[in-house]
Amino acid sequence: MQTHHSYWLAFKSVYTKDVTLAFRQRAEIVNPLLFFLIVITLFPLAIGPEPALLTRIAPGIIWVAALLSTMLGLDKLFRDDYNDGSLEQLIASPYPLSLSVLAKVAAHWTVSGLPMVLLAPLFALLMNLETQSLNATVLTLLIGTPLLSFIGAIGAGLTVALQKGGILMSLLVLPLYIPVLIFATSAIDTSSMSLAYGGQLAILGAMLAVAIVAAPIAISSALRVSVS
Amino acid sequence: MWKWLHPYAKAERAYQLCNTLLPYFAVIAVVGLLVGWVWGLAYAPADYQQKDSYRIIFIHVPSAIWSMGAYSSMAIAAIIALVWQIRNAELAVISIAPVGAAMTAIALITGAAWGKPMWGAWWVWDARLTSELILLFLYFGVLSLYHAFEDKKSGGRAACILAIVGVVNLPIIHFSVEWWNTLHQGSTITKFDTSAIDPSMLWPLLINIVAFAGVLGVVTLIRLKNEILRCEQHRPWVRELVNRG
Amino acid sequence: MQFESFSEFLAMGGYGFYVWLSFGSCALILVGILVSSLADGKKLKQAVKAQMAREARIKKAKEESQA
Repeated sequence: MQTHHSYWLAFKSVYTKDVTLAFRQRAEIVNPLLFFLIVITLFPLAIGPEPALLTRIAPGIIWVAALLSTMLGLDKLFRDDYNDGSLEQLIASPYPLSLSVLAKVAAHWTVSGLPMVLLAPLFALLMNLETQSLNATVLTLLIGTPLLSFIGAIGAGLTVALQKGGILMSLLVLPLYIPVLIFATSAIDTSSMSLAYGGQLAILGAMLAVAIVAAPIAISSALRVSVS
Repeated sequence: MWKWLHPYAKAERAYQLCNTLLPYFAVIAVVGLLVGWVWGLAYAPADYQQKDSYRIIFIHVPSAIWSMGAYSSMAIAAIIALVWQIRNAELAVISIAPVGAAMTAIALITGAAWGKPMWGAWWVWDARLTSELILLFLYFGVLSLYHAFEDKKSGGRAACILAIVGVVNLPIIHFSVEWWNTLHQGSTITKFDTSAIDPSMLWPLLINIVAFAGVLGVVTLIRLKNEILRCEQHRPWVRELVNRG
Repeated sequence: MQFESFSEFLAMGGYGFYVWLSFGSCALILVGILVSSLADGKKLKQAVKAQMAREARIKKAKEESQA
């Protein structure tokens, strides 16, 4: 048996299990998206429908809504596995826990982040964004939402053993989301002025690279604390 | 060095060390605050631009410095606790966090009270004030995570992990907020040139910075003693101690 | 001394409210956390004492019932 081959299999089996489960309970995918859509609808109703105003604040609204709807799915990321004991099995398995955790985060992004990226053009239309800003929105969501999943999974791992972990997790995670929010909205803002926004995307990409390496370690040690 | 340090991993020795250190920190805190406040409030000359309102600097700057100092020492204690599995370091994390949060709160309140006469508003989204606010959120996160756990052992370790995650993120947050601020900064904010501070103002400031370190030390040591007692309360040495005192 | 009189010292050149608000809240927070930490320690020691007294009572009662 080749080692690298079985690592890949372990990753794939955790990933497919999570994605399949999510697709069987479709509400888990659809509800955060609906929430995302409703939050975005609320803003024009609250502050007025002037197109110029909406264009100005659209990046902020889209990104704040993205942060909030990612939080919805995060609470369930490890909770079911914790409750039915399969989390303990993952920890006890011969494969590194970081690998399984990476697979779970990837699955979370597939069912929560990716649909948001795909639906972003629709939201951009609702908020009266230009085509160039639309491209920037899709790109920042594409790089930014995996980051949200990684950072959020740390909070989910720390609070999984707690009965009322959901609100506490938002309290822990939202401050850590601030850099993502700042650079993503700034990229969209810059693009709306027809300027180059590669710098902001590069910083987001750098943060994602760090998160891919460092976050699984933090998440797995958090899970070990929670399960022990 | 390790042979010398190792006994302090034991709760009883750590408790004794706290007791030995406490008077020194207490003297620094009391004398420093007395001298620093009287000097700063009554004897330091008024600023030619900000008049007497600048005297808030004598508590704003020390509390801001030690709000970050407390966070870094908390993170160092957290790393020690997780790497070498030293329970006392975990307790230190839990003891420093409330004191650091208090320092952050002081920095925020004094910043607002200084901002009102200088900027004309209680709150301005200045980069440093915003970072300080986020720092307060991080402190609250560590504290509420610890208190949410019924098993304080897991709670302590979870708080340590969060403290380390926070300290990795803190420079990124600080940098991003600073960068965000230069993008959005209004013209009303004037940056004060603090590098050319006169010695007559610098000395009381330095004394206050040292005094606040003393306060941080005193309160942290008292809280650390409490935490050690709390988790060792069934041990014989604690009973002896309580009987004696 | 920078101030001529005590009332001038309190006024802080018109900035009295802000200066004393800062110093007052700072003192309040520091004293508050110090006092609560000290009280916490006292409560802990009392709890240990109460526990010891309880154990002593139980032991005594056991001895009496055996005798």
